[in-house]
Amino acid sequence: MDLLNINNLRIEFPSRHGTVVAVDDVSLSVQPGEVLGVVGESGAGKSTIGNAVIGLLEPPGEMTAGHVLLKSEQIDTLSAEAKRKIRGRRIGMIFQDPLTSLDPLQTIEQQLVETIDLHLKLGEKKSQERAVDLLRQVGIPEPETRIKNYPHQFSGGMRQRVVIALALCAEPEVIIADEPTTALDVSIQAQILELMRRLCKDKQVGMIIITHDMGVIADITDRVAVMYRGKVVEEGTTAKILGNPDHPYTQSLISAVPRPDIRLKRFPMVNYIEEEGERTKDIDLSTHWLGRHRDYDAVDGPLLSLKNLVMTFVTKPALLKSNRITFNAVDDVSFDINEGEVFGLVGESGSGKSTVARMVCSLYKPASGIVNFAGTDLTSIKSENERDFYRRQMQMIFQDPFSSLNGRMRVMDIIAEPIRFHKLASSNQEVEQVVNDLLDHVGLGAQASVRFPHEFSGGQRQRISIARALATRPRFLICDEPTSALDVSIQAQILNLLKDLQEELGLTMLFISHDLPVIRQMCDRVGVMKQGKLVEVSATEDLFENPTAAYTRELLDLMPRLDKLSHEGLEVEEA
Amino acid sequence: MISFIFKRLLQSVVVMLTVALIAFSMFRFIGDPINNMVGQDTSQADRAALTEQLGLNDPFIVQFGRFALNAAEGNFGISYKYRQPVSSLILERLSATLELSFVAAVLTLVVGIPLGVYTALKGKGLISKGIMTLSLIGVSLPTFLIGILLILLFGVVLRWLPTFGRGDVIAIGWWTTGFLTVSGIKSLILPSITLALFQMTLIMRLVRAEMLEVLRTDFIKFARARGLPDRSVHFKHALKNTLVPVITITGLQLGALIAFAIITESVFQWPGMGLLFIQAISDVDIPIMAAYLVLIAFFFVVINMVVDILYYMVDPRLRADSTA
Repeated sequence: MDLLNINNLRIEFPSRHGTVVAVDDVSLSVQPGEVLGVVGESGAGKSTIGNAVIGLLEPPGEMTAGHVLLKSEQIDTLSAEAKRKIRGRRIGMIFQDPLTSLDPLQTIEQQLVETIDLHLKLGEKKSQERAVDLLRQVGIPEPETRIKNYPHQFSGGMRQRVVIALALCAEPEVIIADEPTTALDVSIQAQILELMRRLCKDKQVGMIIITHDMGVIADITDRVAVMYRGKVVEEGTTAKILGNPDHPYTQSLISAVPRPDIRLKRFPMVNYIEEEGERTKDIDLSTHWLGRHRDYDAVDGPLLSLKNLVMTFVTKPALLKSNRITFNAVDDVSFDINEGEVFGLVGESGSGKSTVARMVCSLYKPASGIVNFAGTDLTSIKSENERDFYRRQMQMIFQDPFSSLNGRMRVMDIIAEPIRFHKLASSNQEVEQVVNDLLDHVGLGAQASVRFPHEFSGGQRQRISIARALATRPRFLICDEPTSALDVSIQAQILNLLKDLQEELGLTMLFISHDLPVIRQMCDRVGVMKQGKLVEVSATEDLFENPTAAYTRELLDLMPRLDKLSHEGLEVEEA
Repeated sequence: MISFIFKRLLQSVVVMLTVALIAFSMFRFIGDPINNMVGQDTSQADRAALTEQLGLNDPFIVQFGRFALNAAEGNFGISYKYRQPVSSLILERLSATLELSFVAAVLTLVVGIPLGVYTALKGKGLISKGIMTLSLIGVSLPTFLIGILLILLFGVVLRWLPTFGRGDVIAIGWWTTGFLTVSGIKSLILPSITLALFQMTLIMRLVRAEMLEVLRTDFIKFARARGLPDRSVHFKHALKNTLVPVITITGLQLGALIAFAIITESVFQWPGMGLLFIQAISDVDIPIMAAYLVLIAFFFVVINMVVDILYYMVDPRLRADSTA
């Protein structure tokens, strides 16, 4: 007997512009002890299914067809009160962001005891004992004392454990986990997934994991359903879907996943979610504005050289310098980047990689150390003119495509601003021509220039950011997690674009990412950072094949195993 | 915690000294105090003697120091008009203003918070739409107009309630209270409603906005997903988180109630500090004006400090041991 059945589910969101069908004729089932993965890109309707099962669809969404059966008993037609009694008791739910999933004003004990007592009616004392026991099960050290703490006193990974403990309070038969590890570092992700798999097998719980991450799917699921625009396009065992997918969408989705084990020349394109931008005309870089004045003075040695860089933040301010508590976000970091090279910087959150980037482009002033760019120490520049001269050569692309563009400016002005500021074009007409060509070059088309940023998707906005970065004709690009907010197919497009531009323009890049497979695809050399220190620098292939530092080996081991993934249609780059 | 309170105290002292400086400078820049105290026919020699006697020839800083020290002891000098110590004048009227403000504050919270919660939870219902519309009137009508309309309806047309004064009061030491007599309580009704109406609607709209915000957060969604009943989700988790920012505004508004009682007191001829202040302005009675200014600033400082400490107690994220 199936534990949970979802039959022919259809969910509609009526709106002024007609009805949006978020979920269309979806049927899924879960057995006890089984982990079912639901994978798809943003907007595919995967989270909506989870919300519908527990009866918490956001209005105005409504189920217009289909039914949900829990142990053959239909639950979608129950009264609101009866549905509430099922939530938490028989179906548990885990959400994406552990930092916001807990009530900040209550201790975790209050939250656990309330939930346990509600469902199991154990009374105060027994509930407390069970709460401590649950925390021990999910691997929180010293549960007796930690239980008195408030959520903000736990780290992200620990909080997700508390969230899991809360979902387990009444031993539910089914757990629905919506992107349970997306907000966590790889090492924490591996621990949490291991914990969830163990709980699932031990307690014979049926689990549905909703995710966009093929690594999570490969790591933990038994079966997978692939969703595309509200429909399940393919379903099967994990090995089958990953190794030998039938549907063209699944095939292209899997081919777009960055591999840790091989380096591709280019990603094969997924044209399902968003059309890959196409250039309508090729510009001749030898005569075009973008190619002009690229004859920067040749440098002896590396283009960028960091020596003993230190950045200190004050964590507890005090009047007296001796009473202040400080923290070295970057601690004695030195490395070189040669002209035309892509240098990767990898590490977990808080390792100081973004801080390094900000010091390189002088957004932060280092506490000590030297940033040497093209033979000049940027930290000792006094005149604003000279600073602008170097700023023009160095541009940055940020992680979040939503907050890094000014929403009140048209795309034309966003990209034209650096050209105008640095007086790189002779007339307004030329500026407009250059902006249109740049937009075309990054695959957006010149008609994008009159629109506002909010009219574009995340991937398209990242293209705008790239066009803006190119608008100063830089020789050095800093990319700080440029694709971590994007879906895999869009990520593949953006990485291809960056590779193309790097080749065409001979750009030098500092590429920052927490994602080792992406680093392998993009970089020539890699530096690994841990708690502000650089633990290893080596050529990319060496790093992946023969890591020297223990920490690097640890990171590599934690990478999700993607060796089951199909290799069909991939063009591997020879070392 | 202790160092936090100490820091706040230090800041309060700076604020009070600044306000005292402004109050003190009124003496020097609004008219000549000697002229205000003596008659037309006083001789130049007598004026000079009086100036010397009052210490007005001393350097500015000495005079200010004397003023600040006296003020700290509650001594603000002699009123020009009443020829009585300002402190006793104010003390007589303090109880009237405080009682009025207190009743208005209680009304504000007791009516404003539940209405805010109700309209947030039942946003689509007819009743909450009606409340929202009425609250718009409350926010936009000026206080004096509300007062006059209330007087017209309940005092003149229906003749239910008195329209001016405090009614009979009973003295308990220096404090006089209207709470213990029927006419005293009746007299309180109209002015306190008038004073509270604006704050009530403000708090209501604030609570509603904050509550809607909190209801959209992940932890509320997660609480529902655990099957917690609406009662617990709404009142245990959502309301408490709603009230954290509301406390700050409420504190400031409480100060405003005391300070802006002026208009209500004038409309209802309420014998409080506000009325005293208005009369002092028309009489250029600077000692009273200065004392009022310092006193109101003192109330604001004390309330804000209480609010900060409350905030500290409600929100565990602000507590000193939070780094554990």
